[in-house]
Amino acid sequence: MSAPQPHLVVVGASLAGLRAVEAARRAGFDGTITLVGAEEHLPYDRPPLSKDFLTAVETPAAPTLRDEATLRDELGVSLRLGTPATALDTDERTVWLGHDPLRYTALVIATGATPRTMPGAAKLTGVHTLRRLDDARQIRAALDTGARTVVVGAGFIGSEVASSARQRGSAVTVVEAMPTPLARPVGEEMGIVLANMHERHGTTLRCGVGVESLEGTDRVEAVRLADGTRIEADLVVVGIGVAPTIEWLADSGLELGNGIECDKTLQTSAPGVYAAGDLASWPNPLFDTRMRLEHWTIAAEQGGVAARHAIDPANATGYATVPYFWSDWYGRRIQFVGVAAGTDEVRVVSGDIDSGSFLALYRHGDRLIGALGLEQRSQIMKYRLMIARGGSWSEALEFAAARNAASA
Amino acid sequence: MIAGSRFDVRTQMKINVDTDKCTGHGVCESIAPDVFEVGDDGIVHLLSTELTEAMRPTLESAVAECPTQALSLEG
Repeated sequence: MSAPQPHLVVVGASLAGLRAVEAARRAGFDGTITLVGAEEHLPYDRPPLSKDFLTAVETPAAPTLRDEATLRDELGVSLRLGTPATALDTDERTVWLGHDPLRYTALVIATGATPRTMPGAAKLTGVHTLRRLDDARQIRAALDTGARTVVVGAGFIGSEVASSARQRGSAVTVVEAMPTPLARPVGEEMGIVLANMHERHGTTLRCGVGVESLEGTDRVEAVRLADGTRIEADLVVVGIGVAPTIEWLADSGLELGNGIECDKTLQTSAPGVYAAGDLASWPNPLFDTRMRLEHWTIAAEQGGVAARHAIDPANATGYATVPYFWSDWYGRRIQFVGVAAGTDEVRVVSGDIDSGSFLALYRHGDRLIGALGLEQRSQIMKYRLMIARGGSWSEALEFAAARNAASA
Repeated sequence: MIAGSRFDVRTQMKINVDTDKCTGHGVCESIAPDVFEVGDDGIVHLLSTELTEAMRPTLESAVAECPTQALSLEG
């Protein structure tokens, strides 16, 4: 029996999936490539959906990453959009799109994550999560009418929506169940500092109180909090996190846990099957720990890595990265590199936490493990490089002092 | 394609920065600090235009991982 024709199947037509097919072609893969997407849309960029897409004066175009001609003609990709994958059979090397089988010789899974929602949300209009283009269009339409807005969850998506809604002139309240917002991504101390930006820009922030219920018959009318407070709302945006989109893999035999459990090369427990993006959990050697990250940059990196390894497993190597994410609130850029978990000390080394521009470094033992910048575009990536090299705390402090002196 | 032959060290490769799209994330700087640097003006600047074929994979990563698709590689 002759070997099957090489066929790379990429399931998930968002950023990680797109970068996977691009990387495969760049690496010289000349077999068939099929890109499978649950949504009807061509691959598009999600970060703008909570930012410019909501604030632009004119109705914005979809933030499409590649047009159809580029995908089909330049990249030679067969597109299967609007057809969610429903099952995976690793013995038969087949992805099922409903009743339609798709055989692969190499597979990259990049189906991302799905927003968590709250009880009662589905039966009320005016209540949205924000992940997809269609969500953003509906939220934008509500803001067009000056909707009084309640955001549930003071994480990055929720905070960006709050910022955008304020910019559009809406009254905005953010409700956060935890006493401190953003404690996991940036630590409690800096979470409070960032959250203070809301009040300074006219957004009401309520922390440490959960949502009791959403009120309304067909359309949402108010949000009832656990302490009895009732906040009238025309628009409710729920930003309480996401869960990896792995239900379709339940019977696949793939090792699942916190997402898809991968080895250091992003290979899943099945040969020839790799994962990338929000759902991939892998041991990151730079931090001696397993990670699963929901960051744009990581999806872009992992898409390329997973595809290169899938088409050439013999040359697969360990994937190491220093996490990077950003968020834009009220016209200001927040950037974080590294990790906040395990922090022994956070030190502000430049600027002032009340000034709207500062840089804070994170220490674990004698090592630099993280850096948070607000409006620190020219500084922050120096520390991403330093963390990647295993830079020490004293080196980081000296470097920061030298930079401060040079700019004084 | 003769001038841009893949193993020609004196490459014709050129990096373009679309300054309308760049918002100064600096991901490119963290990938290739000898080539890119975010300035105090909040956008990226090229430190070197002397590019070699050996740098191609690194520069391709910088292009692919730019959060605002502001970079392109020519040649």
